[in-house]
Amino acid sequence: MLKYTADHEWLKREGDVVTVGITDHAAETLGDLVFVQLPEVGARFKTGDGAAVVESVKAASDVFAPLEGEIVEVNGAIVDDPGVVNRDPTGEGWFFKLKVADPSAFDALLDEDAYRATLS
Amino acid sequence: MAEALRQTPLHSLHLALGARMGPFAGYDMPIQYPPGVLKEHLHTRAAAGLFDVSHMGQLWLTAKSGSYDDLARALEGLVPIDLLGLAPGRQRYGFFTCENGGVFDDLMISRYGDALLVVCNAARKAEDEALLRAGISEACEIERLDRALIALQGPKAAEVLLELAPDLGDMRFMDARKTAICAAPSYATRSGYTGEDGFEISVPLEKAEEIAKALLAAEGVAPIGLGARDSLRLEAGLCLYGADLDEATTPVEADLSWAIPKARRRGGARAGGFPGEATILDELERGPNRLRVGVRPQGRAPVRAGAAIFVAASDCAPIGRVSSGGFSPSLDAPISIGYLPASLAKPGTQVWLELRGQKAPGEVVALPFVSHHYRRA
Repeated sequence: MLKYTADHEWLKREGDVVTVGITDHAAETLGDLVFVQLPEVGARFKTGDGAAVVESVKAASDVFAPLEGEIVEVNGAIVDDPGVVNRDPTGEGWFFKLKVADPSAFDALLDEDAYRATLS
Repeated sequence: MAEALRQTPLHSLHLALGARMGPFAGYDMPIQYPPGVLKEHLHTRAAAGLFDVSHMGQLWLTAKSGSYDDLARALEGLVPIDLLGLAPGRQRYGFFTCENGGVFDDLMISRYGDALLVVCNAARKAEDEALLRAGISEACEIERLDRALIALQGPKAAEVLLELAPDLGDMRFMDARKTAICAAPSYATRSGYTGEDGFEISVPLEKAEEIAKALLAAEGVAPIGLGARDSLRLEAGLCLYGADLDEATTPVEADLSWAIPKARRRGGARAGGFPGEATILDELERGPNRLRVGVRPQGRAPVRAGAAIFVAASDCAPIGRVSSGGFSPSLDAPISIGYLPASLAKPGTQVWLELRGQKAPGEVVALPFVSHHYRRA
C-alpha cells in the first residue's frame, strides 16, 4: 500500500525500507524533466530535508525526505534519462530507497484519498 | 483582487487542443500542449510549429504628410537603425533606446508601402506605444492594430503556408508582404524567433481561429506553447527582453551592434539623433565593458537566469551573471546566455557558474548554440 506526502511524494514500504518517488500529479505539473540529482548512498536526512533535486525545462524543484532515515539505494536510471520519471513516475521513475529510523511513522502519512483531497 | 488575464482570439482553440495555460504579460497563454515542451521544441526544428503570439503589440505608423521619408526620419529619432533606407516589402530588427543608452524594448519593423508595422514585446507594448506617442505623434499617426499574430516556424513552414498563400513562395528572410490568407487581409514576414525558416502573419481577429485551424490541419504542423518558444529562441541565441535585454543594458553590450548601421554611427550620414547616442556611439568605437555570450555548463544541470559567473573556482566576487538559462533539447545539454567582461568574452574561456550554492564549471561558447536556417536566397 502506498502512502503520500503533501509535497507530492509517494512511498512504498518493505520492512524498514521505503521506496520514494514523485506522484503522477507532480510529474505532470513539473513537465518534462531534464535533470535529476540524487543523494549519495549513506546520506542521512531528517523528515522534510531536501534529498533530491529535479530540473524541468522551466525550473528546479526539491524532492524531500518524507521520513527520517538513511539512503540505502538510488535509481541511477533516472539520472541517465530524466524522462523515465515523466513516463512512469510511480514505477520505473522511483528516486531512492530510505531505511527509516521509525517505521511506525509511515502509518501517519497520507493515504491515497487524503492525498487526492490535497489536490483540490 | 487580481485583474483577470487577457485572452487572445485563439484562447478557446488552445483549450480545445489540451493546452496547459499560464499567465504571461497579462495574458492567459498556452505554455505547453499534451506532447510537452521537449517534443514541441524538437517538432518545430524537424517539421512545423504554430505559435500564437497575438499578445504582442502591433502598431501601424504613417506620416501625417503621407511621405515615408518623414515617417522614417521621425522614427529614427527613437531607434538607432536605418529606416530611411528600408525598402518597401522589407523588415528590420531594431530597438528603442533610453537616455542612458539602455534598450527600452526590441522590435521588428516592416515596411508596407509608405507605412511601417512595428511588432513589439507584449510586456512592453503599452510603454512602447506611449513612447511613440510622446516622440513622434506630431509628425505621425500611430494606430494600435487590434489583430492576431501567428508564427509558423520550421523546415516545413513554407510548404504549409504556400498551400494557403502561394504568392509568398519567393519571399526571402526579412521580406514583408501584404497578402490574403483564407480571404483575410494579412501581413506576412519571413522571420521569427526560433532560428528556423518561417513566417509571422498578422491576421484579423475574427479570422484567426479559422487560419490557425487551416494551418494545423496541414501535415507536419503542431501547436507549440511558450515553453518551447523560449527554449527555441535560447538555442538560437536570441535575446528575451526583460532577461537578456533591459534598460540597464546597451545594444552594444548585448552584441546587437550589427543592427546599428554605419549611417547612424559617428561619421555616418545620420549619425546619432537617438536617445543614449553618446553612450552607444562611444561603445561602438571603444568597445563595451561587458558583452553578451553563450555559456555551456559542463554537466547536465541547467544554470538559470540570475546565477553568478566566476572566473576562478576560489573567487568570491562574481565577474558576470547569467541572463537566460535552460536546457537545449537539440543538444541534450544545458545552455545559458550571460554577460561577462569583454576581455573574458571569448569562446573557450573557462568559467564557474553558481549552482545551488556550489560552483559548477562551464565554458564560453559562440552564439547561436544551434545554427540558423534562414532562407536568404
